[in-house]
Amino acid sequence: MSATATPLRPRRRPPLAPAEPSLVLGHGRLPRVLAGTALAVLAAVWLLPFIWAVATSVQSEQDAASPGLSPIKGAFTTEAYQQILERGNVTVWAFNSFLIAGIVTLITVVVSTLAAYGFSRGTFRGRRTLLAVTVAAILVPPQLLVVPLFEQMLLFNLVDTYAAVILPQVVAPMMVFILKRFFDGIPRELEDAARMDGASELRVFLSIVLPLSRPIVAAVAIFVFIGAWNNFMWPFIVTNDPDLMTLPVGLATVKDAFGIQYAQSMASALLAALPLIVVFLFFQRRIVDSVATTGLGGS
Amino acid sequence: MTTTAPPGTGTLTGPASDRPGGLRRIGLKGGRTAKGPGLAFVLPFALVFALFLVWPIVHGLWMSFTDSSLTLHDTAFVGFDNYTEAFGDPDVWSSLGNTVVFTAISSVPLVLIALAMALLVHSGLAGQWAWRLAFFAPYLLPVTVVTLIWTWLYQPELGFANQFLDTLGMAPVGWLSDESVAMWSIAALTVWWTVGFNFLLYLAALQSLPSTFYEAAALDGAGAWRRLWSITLPQLRRTTALVAMLQVLASLKVFDQIYILTKGGPNASTRPVLEYVYDVGFTGYRLGYASAVSYLFFALVIVVSLVQLRLFRQED
Repeated sequence: MSATATPLRPRRRPPLAPAEPSLVLGHGRLPRVLAGTALAVLAAVWLLPFIWAVATSVQSEQDAASPGLSPIKGAFTTEAYQQILERGNVTVWAFNSFLIAGIVTLITVVVSTLAAYGFSRGTFRGRRTLLAVTVAAILVPPQLLVVPLFEQMLLFNLVDTYAAVILPQVVAPMMVFILKRFFDGIPRELEDAARMDGASELRVFLSIVLPLSRPIVAAVAIFVFIGAWNNFMWPFIVTNDPDLMTLPVGLATVKDAFGIQYAQSMASALLAALPLIVVFLFFQRRIVDSVATTGLGGS
Repeated sequence: MTTTAPPGTGTLTGPASDRPGGLRRIGLKGGRTAKGPGLAFVLPFALVFALFLVWPIVHGLWMSFTDSSLTLHDTAFVGFDNYTEAFGDPDVWSSLGNTVVFTAISSVPLVLIALAMALLVHSGLAGQWAWRLAFFAPYLLPVTVVTLIWTWLYQPELGFANQFLDTLGMAPVGWLSDESVAMWSIAALTVWWTVGFNFLLYLAALQSLPSTFYEAAALDGAGAWRRLWSITLPQLRRTTALVAMLQVLASLKVFDQIYILTKGGPNASTRPVLEYVYDVGFTGYRLGYASAVSYLFFALVIVVSLVQLRLFRQED
């Protein structure tokens, strides 16, 4: 099986590799030194807010609020983190974020891959029209929909429920389009052979098409997850109950309550940042690759 | 004879028409067995699409012609009243203006800095993994985390920004409280936060450039500067058009970070049009009017997209 499958595999992109330094920069010494310095300065500027935040979070409130440019102003302490975790809402919000982003990702991936495959291979009537409408919908800014969506949730009596946060987020025309384009590139021979053997359409999809599409499905899943995890406006509008809030929404509501407690403020920010940074460290190559292949992963 | 031929000979017959695949395909074209996936595959998507995208668009359009409100129970059709009111509403114009200003001052550095980062990383200096992480990591942060960190950096007395100015002997700046500075502060935060995505788009484009171009340049003895201007940058025109297009559309939709940081202040000087929609609809309860304003915004997005598509086509 694998022997016949290999030549039919869709073209794999060459792995992303940096150029040979001498090819881009030439052999001179000066360009290398200049490029290296510029890179180091830019990276330092980009890391500085993180460093400042981490340093503030591991000090007592008094030390954090004392003047001076040095990031470390007093003794190391995890007081701020303990207080945040004891209060508990950050853990509740993190749980909600995982639950909501997880379910949104699951539903979006299932619904979008099925639809993309239907659009790619189907011959049913209305396929072209539906596809055209889906592609056109990519242009619609989701923020346009918040007012009528809120009314809709009032109508369905769903305001302040997980369902209200989740459901509108599972419509991802962009992802359907990206997946469809990928499916279009898979040769049909294998599927047709399976159909001849009497496999059902769903079986063909699950056992032949999907395994060949693992990288793109993973890319879509990662981006849907990041998008749902970071989504702010819609969850903010549709949840008032603190127990149902996601991390970004919950933190926004208590942001002002931190007042001058900057150590706690930074500790909570970093705790909320941690999960996706960990995800990135694990999937770095895949995320970088998928931005390249899909072009339009985020937002 | 053919039935007893050793298995190997079958492959030697070459592209004969009696290959099983060929026959099957002809059979399939006859149409008895080759149906392909049916409407059922698209149905779940069509359902959520209709419910949570088409319905709100249509309903929102209808709402924009009514006096729909979160407090009133009876909703009356008011024709174009909301639109005429919006066109005469100075807050609509000033918030649209703020959105455009934000888009201009954020998009330019978001494209140029991303390009600079990608060019530098692409030069192949050691530590690829670390550079990528440094530039892309902020993109992974939820908006609230970004605003918490930057509220602290911008804090008037103790924040890093003013402490830094103080060390240089300069007067403190009201980063978020001074009307002439606040939008710039928000743009700086946005550049830090989202440049990583554009950076990756550029990096991917750079890394797909064939190295033969550079090899030719090396033979001609072109220096680094020359290679940048004559080889790399011209090859990136299409990518730049794409990145700029996506960036402008993304910047026009600004709401989250501004709402959390300044609530549109000071004195509505940073309020983008989407926050005005939110203020009118959810704080002022006027959903009908808010819908009308969001449709004006939508019209702006469509116009900008069409203009960009036009420019994009001309580029080719």
